[in-house]
Amino acid sequence: MIQLQNIKKVFHMGKPNEFVAIDGIDLSISSHQITVFKGPSGSGKTTLLSLIGSMARPTAGRIFLFDREITSLPERFLTEVRRKTFGFIFQQFNLIKGLTAIENVMTPAYPSGEKRGSLAKRAYELLNLFGMAQKASVRVDWLSGGETQRVTIARALINHPSIIIADEPTAHLDTKLSIEFMDIMGKLNQEGKTILIASHDPMIHESPLVHRVIEMRDGKIIRN
Amino acid sequence: MTWIEKQRNILDYTLSSLFRRKGKNLALIGVYTCIVFFLASVMFFTYALKREAALILKDAPEMMVQRLLAGRHDLIPLDYGEMIQKIRGVESVKGRLWGYYFDPTNGANYTLMVNEKHFDSGSVIIGKGIEKNLPGDQFGTLPLKAQDGSYLFLKIKSTLSSDSELVSSDLILISETDFKKIFAIPEGYVTDLTVRVRNPKELTTIATKITQLLPDTRPILRDEILRTYDASFNWRGGLLLIILLGSILAFVILAWEKASGLSMEEKREIGILKAIGWETSDILLMKFWEGTVVSLSSFLLGVILAYLHIFFSSSVMFEPVLKGWAVLYPKFRLTPFIDFYQVVALLFLTVVPYTIATLIPSWRTATIDPDMVMRG
Repeated sequence: MIQLQNIKKVFHMGKPNEFVAIDGIDLSISSHQITVFKGPSGSGKTTLLSLIGSMARPTAGRIFLFDREITSLPERFLTEVRRKTFGFIFQQFNLIKGLTAIENVMTPAYPSGEKRGSLAKRAYELLNLFGMAQKASVRVDWLSGGETQRVTIARALINHPSIIIADEPTAHLDTKLSIEFMDIMGKLNQEGKTILIASHDPMIHESPLVHRVIEMRDGKIIRN
Repeated sequence: MTWIEKQRNILDYTLSSLFRRKGKNLALIGVYTCIVFFLASVMFFTYALKREAALILKDAPEMMVQRLLAGRHDLIPLDYGEMIQKIRGVESVKGRLWGYYFDPTNGANYTLMVNEKHFDSGSVIIGKGIEKNLPGDQFGTLPLKAQDGSYLFLKIKSTLSSDSELVSSDLILISETDFKKIFAIPEGYVTDLTVRVRNPKELTTIATKITQLLPDTRPILRDEILRTYDASFNWRGGLLLIILLGSILAFVILAWEKASGLSMEEKREIGILKAIGWETSDILLMKFWEGTVVSLSSFLLGVILAYLHIFFSSSVMFEPVLKGWAVLYPKFRLTPFIDFYQVVALLFLTVVPYTIATLIPSWRTATIDPDMVMRG
């Protein structure tokens, strides 16, 4: 499903603060699995997920998605791939402050030109799925950490992505909420979604729901 | 349909985005509106005054001849008219009787003019400005003091209606007998002469001939008066713009700062939108609507307020600077004249630069990888 060939990512290339975040990774990820990238801070987990999710371009190497190379796609097509294929759950949640929960869930689908009525209905159904229907009209600034994350998950699913990418999803959650998060991921996986998670939280990579754990250090895969 | 829905969705997002930063945006709209208001007020005012002046002169004769005595305007003998009539190319010469009358009760200057068409002695037709100034207990009469100290109680026949209040506001049409009594004009004299020529191209030549024939006269051409009005009002408008230049410049800096420098929060939002599937063009569209909503609403507000200020509140703020010396007593309202091209020019000078200034930094941010933008 996803293939990485000799992927390299260098930040501030040619400058005194040049930093190699990903150092020649070859990897193949199967569909319908929960794959976890673990490793200490600065090991390159987040950067690797950004590259796979086409939020950044590699300095060298090639990335294939469903046997199609996406590395050299023009920005416009890359955005389309990102919108139609991936759903993102960020460490800092990255919801738009000042908007309500339902507005945040709807935002990724605005450019698709879907009618507002049907879009709102779908967003409401997603919020309802995660027990957030009663908070649909509440501004996200006023939600708790767990509620905010459920809104983030609902937002990640609005465009029917086949791959969910979650970066340190439990970093701001307590144990109960972390278990709840993994339950949701398990259900989504059963529905056929491929899930990629970057985390150094044992609650995640030791979960029985996880199919594969990839350990990283200094931009390299040290255990697969 | 999809395209329209997309525009609607993005416009909805833009409006909610503006609403989220309502304090900042309202302050900007407030300052922006003030600037447009000042600029539009100056434009409307000078243009309306020039149009008024042009209206006054529309039916005026091509040339007037006055007599100067030691450099001062003096009465002119009707014999001069007969001499001018003999110049080749002159079609007709007529004497005019008019003069300024100061009314100490109202502190206003009136223009008295003899109308050759109608009028019996003892009655007048007055302008709207004079009617407004009259006390209610005068029973339809206008008292005017004559040169010899006696009073003439003239019956007000009617009030003048005109396209322009500037033409008629302070005007009193009066009979020749009453006029001559008030100003003590001797027989055979008039205030000035109006000259019509057969070929307008020969106006200057005929004016030169009149000066040669009658060295104590001064011919005044209609076009010269119009040019003087234009220059005078343009100069006044320019003066006001220079006064306002400081505040305009301050606004330009403020708008540029606001529009061109994206805050960390705004950059992050662009990064998030890109990450969740918005294209660069979608973000630019959103920013375009944002800039357009702010600048266009400020523009419309400013122009409407300026219109009300100039044409409905007698331009209270600019009156002392722009009207200049007070020939305009009693108070009058400018007739609404708007030059469409001036409004379009103002639109392009305010809305377009602001919208562009909003787009450039957003475009810069939106073309960077979302991962980089979100990392800051």
